[in-house]
Amino acid sequence: MKLNLQQRLAATAATVCLLLPLATLPGCSESEASSTPVGGITPQQFADGVHAVMMADRTVYAKHVVTNLNKQDAPVKAFEYWEDTENSIPLPAQMFRMGAELVDENPEAGFTYALRSKWPLNEQHQAKTELEQTALDFLSENPGENFYGEEKLGDQKYFVAVYPDRAVAEACWSCHNDHPNRGDDYPEFAKDDVMGGVLVRIPL
Amino acid sequence: MMIQLKPIWNALRESPNGPKWLTWAAINLSIAAYFGYGLVAPASSHKTAWLPGETTHGHYQIELDCNACHDPGRSTEGPSGADVMQDACIRCHGAQLDLAKDTHPANKFRDPTNAERLKILDAQNCLTCHQEHVPEQTLSMGLTMPADYCWHCHQEVADSRPSHRGMAYDSCATAGCHNYHDNRALYEKYLDDHHGQSDHLELAALPQRSTLESLSGAFRAQQSLTIDDADHPSSWTTDPGFSENSASEDSLSGDSLLDDWATTAHASAGVNCSHCHRGDKDSAGDDAPWSEQVAIERCQQCHERQVESFKTGKHGMRLAAGLSPMTPDLARLPMHAGQAHAELDCSACHSGHRFDTQFAATDACLRCHADDHSLAYGDSSHAALWRDELAGNGPLGSGVSCATCHLPRLEGDSGIWVNHDQNASLRPNETMARQVCTHCHGLEYSLSALADPQTVASCFGDPPAERIKSVQMAHEWFEQQEAKRAARRDNR
Repeated sequence: MKLNLQQRLAATAATVCLLLPLATLPGCSESEASSTPVGGITPQQFADGVHAVMMADRTVYAKHVVTNLNKQDAPVKAFEYWEDTENSIPLPAQMFRMGAELVDENPEAGFTYALRSKWPLNEQHQAKTELEQTALDFLSENPGENFYGEEKLGDQKYFVAVYPDRAVAEACWSCHNDHPNRGDDYPEFAKDDVMGGVLVRIPL
Repeated sequence: MMIQLKPIWNALRESPNGPKWLTWAAINLSIAAYFGYGLVAPASSHKTAWLPGETTHGHYQIELDCNACHDPGRSTEGPSGADVMQDACIRCHGAQLDLAKDTHPANKFRDPTNAERLKILDAQNCLTCHQEHVPEQTLSMGLTMPADYCWHCHQEVADSRPSHRGMAYDSCATAGCHNYHDNRALYEKYLDDHHGQSDHLELAALPQRSTLESLSGAFRAQQSLTIDDADHPSSWTTDPGFSENSASEDSLSGDSLLDDWATTAHASAGVNCSHCHRGDKDSAGDDAPWSEQVAIERCQQCHERQVESFKTGKHGMRLAAGLSPMTPDLARLPMHAGQAHAELDCSACHSGHRFDTQFAATDACLRCHADDHSLAYGDSSHAALWRDELAGNGPLGSGVSCATCHLPRLEGDSGIWVNHDQNASLRPNETMARQVCTHCHGLEYSLSALADPQTVASCFGDPPAERIKSVQMAHEWFEQQEAKRAARRDNR
């Protein structure tokens, strides 16, 4: 199971690497980022593309692996402490984060991605910049829309795309709603609710 | 333009101060030659003058090989002016950190949102926390920055963990709580899983080694050999002088060497004299010459993981750097004088032809080590258990030798193997709790004992004076979380 997972993550990274050379990422404003230069794709198109790949893989994992195991009452379960527990596989969010770490280790990837939430069960997933906070607020107030923007971190300017992260599988909301780390203000999530955001960051 | 030396020389001879000038020049040239040679000389005491300050206990053995850390050419990525020393750190410690599931790897901080934090504390560079040659600011584990460094990123920890309110930030990394890199025995789920264990477990025993399965190379499980099969040189047994010279102190005749070999796993596995005492055949298919000394590389052919791990510890790190073997007279720990020049290679502990693992497990260590911890071992309850096991009065695996704790038996892909890096379970010593102590003791007792310097010095003869609180804290945390979860379910 672990090998298959790694292979899948590697395939995701490879797909992303194939897409990357197509992208032209000159310094451009937010409005320019949405336009299509001749012979290339915009940062937004690139972000939309890699997001589509990563979310497809994650949805398949959550729906057809984790939920399916739960429904079958199989001995193997997705569990937060899977590395130290027999018959355990990573949670969808952990699988997603491990993929992000692999892409992060690839110097050719040219972008990073991460999960963010206004109600993070893992503190690492809380908004870390003003733009990220703005993006999460925007996603809450504008269901169904994506957020695009730019920000400067250190000496580097970035194009940032944040996509709504929805509850796609029963395993997602049931586990989140019952998680011991949830705070008092934690919403009771249901199918298709926006639980947070998937952030893609591209250096300009 | 050529410098005319003769007129200068003549002028100096005729000058009343000529001899003084010549003496001055000679002294300066000598000093320049001394330091200049130190720069270009291979690793040796000639480089001592260039050491900018005392080196840490982890690196002093290789301090005279300046290039071990400062040579850009040793990077696998090619010459790199900026990351030479970082590369050197990763070359030796990268695999160890991966194995330890490093909780603060450099890539964790690669997220660009850390840019401002990294300006305060560059957590992507080993040298931020681990500088060399600065003994006046070097703390335990080679830390060279103030011990409250956790504060920079975790100053709001009490918001999510109220139990941590009021705790000092220089107390985070004390035993039983947190480490920066290796938290395999300290993360909260592991602590909670081991809550409530008694100090001494009912089923207390080490896992048994999978000797055959843990071998590498081609010599495993072949037809067993007897003395008649030994393929030593024909002159060997008829020349008592030869055999005496080549024998260790444990076996002084050629016959006893053969007897010893014939009773070992080597003979059982079909490993003949030539496998160890000759190299590989040359390109023409001729046998390599016989050698009395067995190079560590020969051992490595079958015992790859053991030799590799040996070279990452303080016993073998000089060999890994291409230097002469470690000897006790180079050690900073107290050692017995009689073994000052004994060279540390495989045969130092697995001596003679018996390769006696029982001797290697305790007697070999105590032959050299003379610090308080080692000297106290003989009177400890651990030693009593070891003696009982050797005498057949205790179950297999119930004894505790030096090797039990310092050469832990680890679960590998091909069974249980013995890690020969005797420092690995001390980086930091909580590593030993998970790998060793918890085979026989409860986790809380183990962490408490390892956290108490007096208990360690007495070789665990003295019980820990204080109990660490992290196991109880983790358990209470999970209980509180579960209570909240139950309350929510009731309210739905």
